[in-house]
Amino acid sequence: MTLWILVLLTSAGCFALKVLGYLVPARILQRPQVRRLVELLPVALLGALVVVEAIADGSQLHVDPARLAGFAVGSVAVWRRAPFLIVVVAAALTAGLVRLA
Amino acid sequence: MPRDNPEAGVRRDAVGVGLAVGAYGFAFGAASVSAGLSAWQTCVLSLVAFTGGTQFAVVGVVAGGGAAGAALASGLLLGSRNMLYGMRMAPLLRVRGLRRLLAAWGTIDETTAMAQAQQTPALARVAYWWTFGGVYVFWNLATLLGALAGSIVDPTRYGLDAVVPSAFLALLGPRLRSSKLDRRIAIAGAVIAGLLIPITPAGVPVLAASAALLLAVRTRGRPS
Repeated sequence: MTLWILVLLTSAGCFALKVLGYLVPARILQRPQVRRLVELLPVALLGALVVVEAIADGSQLHVDPARLAGFAVGSVAVWRRAPFLIVVVAAALTAGLVRLA
Repeated sequence: MPRDNPEAGVRRDAVGVGLAVGAYGFAFGAASVSAGLSAWQTCVLSLVAFTGGTQFAVVGVVAGGGAAGAALASGLLLGSRNMLYGMRMAPLLRVRGLRRLLAAWGTIDETTAMAQAQQTPALARVAYWWTFGGVYVFWNLATLLGALAGSIVDPTRYGLDAVVPSAFLALLGPRLRSSKLDRRIAIAGAVIAGLLIPITPAGVPVLAASAALLLAVRTRGRPS
């Protein structure tokens, strides 16, 4: 039940945020401070998500060699500017193969 | 293949983006059911919320046993960038009424990036709608397949857990190259989250990473 509420609130909230972008007057964005903070917020959050997804398991640090190997190969792919598909497939293949070994 | 028609080229690229996003959608579907969401709940997120980073963030917190409030908050914070995209797309798409709601629904990283990359407003509109269509179809099909596969087998066995941090890094990649401030903010966010993982409930490290924005506030007043 809680999960359904979460799913519905997330869905409604995300849609509302998108619609809001089309409704707010463009001049708000012309205020440089506002624009800058809104542009930088995802950078901070994505940086955090990378770390959390790589080394956390719930509220514990969890070092999984296979996951880290996959992430390392994925990171190299990002660094080499590989297309998204290659990044995703390389990471999954590496982690899968390390687990098989 | 002749390259006489730029519109056809844009349409091809749009479908290509859709296919690439599909692989990520499969990982999302599998991650979501292994976090404990049902296949239905997983599909509703992809169909309605339709914004990958947010969806991954929400199921990530659920998987870690975090509170629903923390999951919702980190999802919405991450989804707030779509609002910024909407503000940029509105003057380009010039849509009204129901079409405006539809345009808003499709306002995500990929559609905005594809539209902004075009030379003319007309091509930008073609890129926008075709990318929306391509990503929507493949993202949702892949979510469904991933959710079904994830309910049968353990997705970590196939390395899908390594896909998630790599995909977030891929989203971050262009920003890391764009400016020094972006890099500092991303690193600060990562450090804050890393330090908080063992001492706070799941979801809190990502929310707390917004504090990295203080770096931008602090440097604002400086002469450059």
